[in-house]
Amino acid sequence: MCAQVSQSDGKSVFADLEEEVDEREEISPWRRRLRLYRRAFAEQWRVLRQDSFVVVSTFVLAFFALMALTAPVVAPYGQTERLYSDDGTIAQWEEPFWLGGDGGHYLGTTAEGYDLFSQLLYGSRAALLVGFSAAIFVAVIGTAVGLVSGYYGGRIDDTLMRIVDFMYGLPLLPTVILLVALAGPSLFNLLLAIIVLQWRTTARVIRSQALSLRERPFVKAAKVAGASDRHIIARHLAPNVLPLTFLYGAFSIAWAILTEAGVAFLGLGDPNHVSWGTMLQAARSYDALVHGAWWWFLPPGICIALVVISGFLIGRGYEEITNPELQE
Amino acid sequence: MGRAQFVVRRTLQLIVTLWAIATALFLLFRSMPGDPTTYVVDPSLSGEARDRLIESYGLNEPLYVQYLIYMQDVATLSFGQSFHSNRTVRDIILLYLPRTLLLMLTAFFFAYLIGITVGIVAGWRRGGDFEKRSVLVALVARSFPDFWVGLVVLWVLGAWLDVIPMSGMRSAGVQYESFFDLELWLDTLWHLVAPAAVLGFYLMGYPLLLMRNSMLEVLSQDFIEVCEARGLKERSIMFKHAARNALLPVVTAGAVALGYAVGGSVLIETVFGWPGMGREMVNAVLRRDFPVAQGTFLVFAATVVFMNFLADLAYGFLDPRVTYD
Repeated sequence: MCAQVSQSDGKSVFADLEEEVDEREEISPWRRRLRLYRRAFAEQWRVLRQDSFVVVSTFVLAFFALMALTAPVVAPYGQTERLYSDDGTIAQWEEPFWLGGDGGHYLGTTAEGYDLFSQLLYGSRAALLVGFSAAIFVAVIGTAVGLVSGYYGGRIDDTLMRIVDFMYGLPLLPTVILLVALAGPSLFNLLLAIIVLQWRTTARVIRSQALSLRERPFVKAAKVAGASDRHIIARHLAPNVLPLTFLYGAFSIAWAILTEAGVAFLGLGDPNHVSWGTMLQAARSYDALVHGAWWWFLPPGICIALVVISGFLIGRGYEEITNPELQE
Repeated sequence: MGRAQFVVRRTLQLIVTLWAIATALFLLFRSMPGDPTTYVVDPSLSGEARDRLIESYGLNEPLYVQYLIYMQDVATLSFGQSFHSNRTVRDIILLYLPRTLLLMLTAFFFAYLIGITVGIVAGWRRGGDFEKRSVLVALVARSFPDFWVGLVVLWVLGAWLDVIPMSGMRSAGVQYESFFDLELWLDTLWHLVAPAAVLGFYLMGYPLLLMRNSMLEVLSQDFIEVCEARGLKERSIMFKHAARNALLPVVTAGAVALGYAVGGSVLIETVFGWPGMGREMVNAVLRRDFPVAQGTFLVFAATVVFMNFLADLAYGFLDPRVTYD
């Protein structure tokens, strides 16, 4: 789709930084590497900040992250704490208090007498946990496989790419459903299934990038200077594919959260954790639609969409960085 | 490497991939904790009846024999028999797959028709309001989970306004004389509109964004300026010269997307109670009906693999600049 790092002069993004470093400066290679990556991040953030959508999306993600962290403090009730009315009956199908419901619930209660507002807060944990963990693992595995495959070429490349081809033959949702159903429904298994299926795209894109990078003069120069393969991959290739890694990482957040919600909606969610998907599943199986209890099924969907669209918008921001033809 | 050689190599790769997926599926099902027979056979059955039942499913054979039988089933597309009912898996697939395809292809057709058209105009008017709005709409369409949009549509149009059916593919309790009964098709169409529209809305974003990007690339080429210099009409340049060249990546990506979309129909089918193959697969998985789960999954996977294959071939045939190396 897009595979062009905006360096066209054949130099590493760090070429100018490297000149600044004083030869005599005593600095460990690790600290130096860290500093280079930090500057690469700062540079990307500077470009991204110009896109107002990206800034808003970052705030939205930060808001939901805060929601996930503070859920136990903010939530008035437990996620599956059955509530009772004053007369001792289960407080079920309670409307939100601003619609005249009893009990002062912000978003009412479910058919089983659980507080919906608390469930919504706790639900952010499953979504963000799955979204961010999947994104990190997908980005790291995909980038590593792509770089190794593209840099070494030959038999290693062939083997790795045949595995990727095989992975591309698997339809995402049916495979995740199958894996989760067989391994047992839990957040961990779900996360594992998503990671197993998602790294393929990142690997393929990063590989094609590495293929062209390895022919560039700065890589050849490093080779002639006696740099090891590991050094070249970590220092010269990886920083140059970073925008692409982040692009696909951001998209992975979105896909992982949509997949988690979908699988939970089908009744294969983690029974020990409420997520936005399991809330929707409960709403459907208790016929909240027919009861018109929109406060039950509207908020989780809106939350999912907000997180997902943030991921997509941040990804799109990176797309403009990585694909110069999209820039005006 | 010539084109013929490419086709041969790609066909071999297709077969190997299908074989690998089928084998992985077999291993996956056999490596699960617990004895598969306990899912199939009622534990309260007497010993002899139990053995007979296990034997009838071939579950008493050694693993490699089971594998050979399984591969034979896959190769002859018979997939064995359901644990749950006495129907063969092939019958089940033949019953449910057309329903899924009816829903999926309708949605897909409209999604790509609208998505591509809007994408062309958006790319042409880059930087304008139309482009910004359509890109935003496309992103929003892709961000709302389709099953949730389905719930909301059911709530508003089904439960509230009562203009669409709440679930299913046909009205209950109505008998039709033949398959070609007009009433039957009108009834099916009435059930089809809502799920197809929701699915189409969700699928629309991808071709829209892809077409826009592709248009931007084509529009930066010199021949567009030549067209303008020749004084051609804007519409003619946009649709005839630019769009035709920009269409190729969208067509091939669309073929691949169609393969994945068939498997992605699970959610929409569940929300709208559409009796398609996705829902059947989930039900089979949930009730541990392994042959049906395997068979339906293999059909989904084969669709993906085959559409990928078609896209690769189409790319070479549609674009003479493609070289095989």
